Amino acid sequence: MDARRVTRAVPRVRQVGFFTPNAPPEQPGPVRSQSGPPNSNSPPLSGSPASNSLSPVMIPPPRHLSDNLGARTGAVPVPGRANAGDHATVGSYNPADSVLGLESPPPTRIGDGESSEETESSLGWYRRNNPAKFASSFPGGGFDLSPVKQPEIVSGVEAKNQPPEKNEVQKGQASSSKPSKAKTTKAERRALQESQRAAKAASKAEANKSGGGAASSKTVKQPSQKKDAPPVASSVATSERIGVDRPAEKERKKDVPPPRMQFDDESRVGKAKRRSVLNQTEARNSIELFRHLPPHKNGTQLPYLESKFFELHDKHPAVYKVGLQYLTGDLSGGNARCIAMLQAFQEAIRDYSTPPEKTLIRDLTSKIGGFVSFLIECRPLSMSMGNAIRFLKSRIAKLPPILSESEAKAALCSDIDRFINEKIVLADKVIVRHAATKIRDGDVLLTYGSSCVVEMILLYAHELGKQFRVVVVDSRPMLEGKKLLRRLVAKGLSCTYTHLNAISYIMHEVTRVLLGASSILSNGTVYSRVGTASVAMVAYAYRVPVLICCEAYKFHERVQLDSICFNELGDPDAIAKVPGRVDVNYLDNLSDKQKENLKLLNLKYDATPSDYISMIVTDYGMIPPTSVPVIVREYRKEYLLI
Amino acid sequence: MPDTQALVNDFLNQLKKRKIEGSQATAKQTAELLRSVISQTRVPYTNQAGALIDSVKAVGERLIAANPVELAVGNIVRRVLHIIREEDVSLTTAAMAGLNLSAVSDDEDDADRDDRPVLSAAAVAAASRSTLRPPSLQTLLEDVPDSAAVPHTSSSGGDSEGKSKSADKSSRSRKLKHDVIEAVNELIQDINTCHEQIAEQAVEHIHQNEVILTLGSSRTVLEFLCAAKEKKRSFRVFVAEGAPRYQGHLLAKELVARGLQTTLITDSAVFAMISRVNMVIVGAHAVMANGGVIAPVGLNMVALAAQKHAVPFVVLAGSHKLCPLYPHNPEVLLNELRSPSELLDFGEFSDCMDFGSGNGAPLLHVVNPTFDYVPPKLVSLFITDTGGHNPSYMYRLIADYYSADDLVVQRRPTSGN
Repeated sequence: MDARRVTRAVPRVRQVGFFTPNAPPEQPGPVRSQSGPPNSNSPPLSGSPASNSLSPVMIPPPRHLSDNLGARTGAVPVPGRANAGDHATVGSYNPADSVLGLESPPPTRIGDGESSEETESSLGWYRRNNPAKFASSFPGGGFDLSPVKQPEIVSGVEAKNQPPEKNEVQKGQASSSKPSKAKTTKAERRALQESQRAAKAASKAEANKSGGGAASSKTVKQPSQKKDAPPVASSVATSERIGVDRPAEKERKKDVPPPRMQFDDESRVGKAKRRSVLNQTEARNSIELFRHLPPHKNGTQLPYLESKFFELHDKHPAVYKVGLQYLTGDLSGGNARCIAMLQAFQEAIRDYSTPPEKTLIRDLTSKIGGFVSFLIECRPLSMSMGNAIRFLKSRIAKLPPILSESEAKAALCSDIDRFINEKIVLADKVIVRHAATKIRDGDVLLTYGSSCVVEMILLYAHELGKQFRVVVVDSRPMLEGKKLLRRLVAKGLSCTYTHLNAISYIMHEVTRVLLGASSILSNGTVYSRVGTASVAMVAYAYRVPVLICCEAYKFHERVQLDSICFNELGDPDAIAKVPGRVDVNYLDNLSDKQKENLKLLNLKYDATPSDYISMIVTDYGMIPPTSVPVIVREYRKEYLLI
Repeated sequence: MPDTQALVNDFLNQLKKRKIEGSQATAKQTAELLRSVISQTRVPYTNQAGALIDSVKAVGERLIAANPVELAVGNIVRRVLHIIREEDVSLTTAAMAGLNLSAVSDDEDDADRDDRPVLSAAAVAAASRSTLRPPSLQTLLEDVPDSAAVPHTSSSGGDSEGKSKSADKSSRSRKLKHDVIEAVNELIQDINTCHEQIAEQAVEHIHQNEVILTLGSSRTVLEFLCAAKEKKRSFRVFVAEGAPRYQGHLLAKELVARGLQTTLITDSAVFAMISRVNMVIVGAHAVMANGGVIAPVGLNMVALAAQKHAVPFVVLAGSHKLCPLYPHNPEVLLNELRSPSELLDFGEFSDCMDFGSGNGAPLLHVVNPTFDYVPPKLVSLFITDTGGHNPSYMYRLIADYYSADDLVVQRRPTSGN
C-alpha cells in the first residue's frame, strides 16, 4: 500500500503549483465521466491549506506548459537553487525567457499554442492527478479508455439495433469512434473487449487506490458491460487475469529501465538474428571486452538492404530512408537523428490506415515497434531517441478511442511536431540564451567534436558581438570538428584547430570548455562522443570550467560508471586507415596470422564522470550534475504527457 | 680539420631540418660526431683536457642551438665533457700515484687516493663520484704541476712510457685522447644497448594476463614488451594510435608480427579503456632533473587518466634521455610545433587561411605540438638501463652522469685559450 502513498504524494505537489485556479470547472467532457473516483481523492487536496503555501517540496510545473512564466516568480527549477555558484544566473530565468518571448517564436504563436493547449494541458494535468502511473503501465492504453467506454458502448448498441446498410453509412461518416468497430461483429467484439479490459484495469487500479469508492464504481460499471456484451465473457476473464498479474507495487518498478539486449547472450542473439532484416555478418575477431555490444554494421550492407526494399512491405519508405541514412552514417548527431526519426514516423503515421479487424492504438504501436527495431538494426538507438519513442508510444497509447482515425493521426502528428518543437528546437534556443550569459569578452572557448547546440551558442554569442576565440578540438576517426571549424570560420569566428592529443598544450589558454552530450545519465555521468571524457578531465586538471550543453529530453534514468558496460561500436576498419595521410599505411598489408592478433576498436561514446563537470546547461536552467536525477524524475512524466 | 667541420655542418643541417628522428639516433650520431671532433683536435702540451673541453663545447654549443628541443644532443655533449673531465682526473691521479714519493698533493682528493691502487679510468671516476668531490675541476687542472710527469704505469695498458720529458708529455696527451675516445665508444655502446638493458627488466614488471596500454610508438617499449613475451608471459596490449603521427599503427604492426595480442584504439578512447588496463608503459623524449617527462604529445592526457583510475604509469628511458636541466614552462619552451598539414589538408581549407580578410589576422590557426610535459607527480616509475627509479630520485641519478660545470654548455669567454 505504499504505492498509494506515493501516488498521493505526487499529485498533491502538482496540484499546488498548477491546478488551483481553474482546474475543477473546466474539466473536459469525456474525462469527467471517468473522473469520479479520482476526484474523490483530489478535492480535499486542492482544498487543503497546502494549496497556497509554497512548501519546499513543491515542484513548479514545467515551464513550457505555461509560457507566460514571467508572472510566476517561483518558476526556477528547484534543482537550480541547489547550485550555490550559479544561483544568480539560474535565477535570471525570466530575463532569458523574455528574450525568448521577443524572439522568433512570436508571443502570439506561443500564446495560441497555449490556448489550444489549455484544454489539452489541463487534461494532461488532470490525468496526472489520476493515478497516472497506472495508466502509463498498460500498453494497450488501458486506463484512459475507460472514460470513453460509454459512447462506445452506445454505438455498439446502436449498431446492433440498426440495419446493416445504416451501419455502412455510419462507418463512412466516421462519426463514431472507430470505423472498423461497427463493421463486423468480430471487430465489435474486439473493441468491446478492449474497452472492457481497460475498464477492468481502471477499476482494478482504482480499487487499489481508494478502496470503497472505487469498489462502488466498479460495481456500477461491471454490470452494464456484462449486459452489453455477453459473448465476450471469456475474454473478459483473460483480460482480468492480465490485470491481476500486475499489482500496483510493480508499477513503480516500471521506472527502472529494462535491461538492454546483451549481445553475448547467445539465445537472445539467435532469436534476434532470425528476426533481423540485415545480413548478420559474424564480427571479425571481435574484442572480448565488447562481446555484449552489437557489432558494427557498415555501409556494405547498403546494396543488400536496397535490394530488399520491395520485400519489406511493412517498413514505410520514410522510415526505410532514415534507416539507410543511419546505416551509412550520413545522418549523425543526436538531435538530427532524433528529428529525422520522428519525422519519418510522422510520415508513416500520415500514410497509415488501420487494417480491418484491428484497432489503431494496438496496431500502430506494434507498427512503430517494428520501425524502431528496423532502425535499431541499422544503428543502435541513442538514449534520446529512446526517450522520443517512449513519448510517441505513450501518446499513441493515450489516444482517446473516440477519435476517428484521421483525428487520431492528426493528433499524433501534431504531438510529434510539438515534441520536436518544444523539446528540441525551443529547448536549444533556451540553452543558447543561457549559455551565452556565460561567455564574456576575451574568453577562449574550447569545444570538442561537433555539437549543434554548442555551435548555436557560439554563433549566437558572436552575433551578440562578444569578442572571444574558439578552440576546436578534434579526433579521429570521425573528424567532425573539421566541419564545425569550416562553418565557424565561414561565419567569421576566430578559431584554433587542434587534435585531441594536444589538449594539454592548448588548455593553458582556454577559459571555458563547452561540450555537447548524447545523453546525461541520472548519476550525473555524461554519455557523449568518445574523447569528451578526456577533454573534461584535462580541463578539470587545469581548473577550467566545463559546461555541458544538453536538452532535457536527452536525460535518461539509466546509470553508468564506465564506458564499457554500454557503448556503441563503430566501423573497426576506420581505425586502420587514415584518410589523407599516405605515409600512414603500416596496417595495409598484414598476413592473416597478424590480422588474427590485431584487433581494431572503434568506440563511439564514452562516459564522463560527473566530477569533471562544472555545470549542465539545459532547457530548465543551469544545473549541477547532481541535479540530473531531479530533472529526470520530475520532468519525465511531463513529456510523456505533453 | 676540414673534414670534421664538414661533418659538423652536415649534422647541424640535419638537426635544423629535423631530419633525425628519435632521441636515440640523435644521441648516437652526436656521440659519434664528438668522437671524431675529439680525435681531430690537436691538443697542446699544457692543459690538454681544457683544450678538448673547449673544442667539444664549441661544437656542442652549435649543435644544441641547432635543435634546442632535442635534449639528447645537449645530454650527450655534457656527457662527453664529463668523460673528458673524468679521464683527466683519473690520469692525474694515476700520475700522482705514480709519483707517490713527492706528496705534493695540495688537493685532499689526491691525498685520499694516494694509497689506493691505480685502477682503470672508470673505477677512478666511480671513486671520485662516490666521494662526491666538489667539481672544481678547472682549478684542479691548473694547479696540477707539469712536473708531475714522471714515468708511470698505465692503467689501461697499451701506452709505453717515454724516456724524456717531452716524449712523456706527448704520450700523456695521446693517452688522454685515447682514453676519452675509448670512453665515448663505451657511451655509444651504452646508447646502442640501452634497449636490451631496459628490456631485461620486463619480466619483473609484467605478469601473466596483464593488460597494458601504450600510446604512439617507442622502440624501447617495443623491446620491453617483446622481452616479456619471449619469457612466455601472455598479456594484451592496447595501443593508442598517437595522432597526428599515428606511430601507434607502426607499433601495433610490430607487436602483431611478434605474436602479441594487440588492440589498436583511437586516442580518444584512452579514457574509456583505461579502467580495464593494469599498467601504462610509455617511452619518453627526455626526462628532466625534477622527474618530469617530455613525452610525445598526448601522454599528459593518458597520465591524467591513469592517475584517475590509479593505474601505474611507467616511463621507459635510456640514460641518454636523462637531462640535467630543470624545466621551466616546458609545455611551451621545450616544445615544437609541427606542420599543420598533419591535421588539415591545406587544399581543403585554403579559403579559410585568407590573411587579407578582417583585421589582417587569419581567422584560422592550427596548433600541432610535438611534445607533452608530464609532471613528476603523474609518473609512478622510471625504468632506465640502471634499474627502476622514483621520479624524485632522478636528480641524483642525473648527477652521476653529468658534471655540474657543464650544465650550461657555453664557453666562458675568460677561459678561452
